Amino acid sequence: MSLELQREQWRVVETEWRPKIIVFCCHRCAPGAADTAGIMRLQYPPEVLIIRVPCSGRVDEEFILRAFAGGTELTEKLRRVGVDEEFILRAFAGGADGVVVAGCLEGTCHYLVGNTRAARRVERMRTFLSEVGLEAERLEMHHMAASMGTSFARMAADFTGRVRLLGPAFPAVHAASAEGGSGL
Amino acid sequence: MIVARRKPAPPLLAAATGRRTVLVAGCKGCVAVCGVGGEREVRLLAAQLELAAKRLGQKRTVLRATVARQCDPGFLSSFDSLMEQAEACFSLGCGVGVQYMAERYPAKPVFPAVDTVFAGGSPAAGLWEERCRMCGECVLGETGGICPVSRCAKGLLNGPCGGSVNELCEIGHNQPCAWNLIYERLAGQGRLEGLTVITPPKDWSRAGAGVRSVVREDLMP
Repeated sequence: MSLELQREQWRVVETEWRPKIIVFCCHRCAPGAADTAGIMRLQYPPEVLIIRVPCSGRVDEEFILRAFAGGTELTEKLRRVGVDEEFILRAFAGGADGVVVAGCLEGTCHYLVGNTRAARRVERMRTFLSEVGLEAERLEMHHMAASMGTSFARMAADFTGRVRLLGPAFPAVHAASAEGGSGL
Repeated sequence: MIVARRKPAPPLLAAATGRRTVLVAGCKGCVAVCGVGGEREVRLLAAQLELAAKRLGQKRTVLRATVARQCDPGFLSSFDSLMEQAEACFSLGCGVGVQYMAERYPAKPVFPAVDTVFAGGSPAAGLWEERCRMCGECVLGETGGICPVSRCAKGLLNGPCGGSVNELCEIGHNQPCAWNLIYERLAGQGRLEGLTVITPPKDWSRAGAGVRSVVREDLMP
């Protein structure tokens, strides 16, 4: 490959829009599944950012909305919230294009019903998102066990693909930053 | 307590259109207990208002604050500095809170973000049910503590209407017949003779139009 061609490819990679995907992973299952995927040498898109939470039931509605909202008033917010929310919020300075909540298989929640509550909450949040003009498809709930590396890799690849098709969550912000503006 | 329901977002977002700074005002009273108006819900609505603006490529600052009780004007002063900056306010308080906010800040529009529904309680997590119509003339002493005004679909004061089937109200929804409940309760207490006394029509003027007020001079300064 010529140097010119390689440079051209890099230019395309750098300017191409890549979705930001946040996956809230229940400590008991999904990070293990991601590890298993690694051990199995299964690749999944690098756009996927894993945030480990004590239980998928700990992911409250605000985490999800904030994952999309990004950094607005983050500093003020961080002063007021507890540490547990803070480490999650810090990840969102740029704003997500898609969010997944990954909890344990049904019936295997360490806290009995955390994952079923999370699933109900995700359903409610899909409505909240569509109310503000964001596609409900940008938010999904998945159940898996720590041994399910293949499922994790497939879920990550499929979801990233679906979000790619949807495009940026905030087209106006994306357009502004692509033109060199600061966005919002 | 006063039970309310969050309004869906679209009309609120429409009201916020074009406003660059808005305040979301919460209340730590009844609406916080029934899960629609406390600090958490303030953050949720604020995030929705921000997301909607961001989606449209607009910039919107959403201020947020919550007071102990919006239905008590004495607490509202903590909104003053925020309302100076805000172009409009979205109140998550009950209808009383919204009215006091609107009175205190007459130059700025105050939009209710919840629908105030009834006076009731929460018999189980995630469930709220009406238990009082605030008729102003309580008959619970005579009806075994079961309110026929709020729990009988017809608000009858003198026994069942005859429409109940299998102890359920004819309106459906698996509602128990309030007068069946009253009969069972009074029978258990050996007070059935009370049901033979005809209760005169209620004095509905006590629940009537206009502003009702309760005065307790012993509590006044």
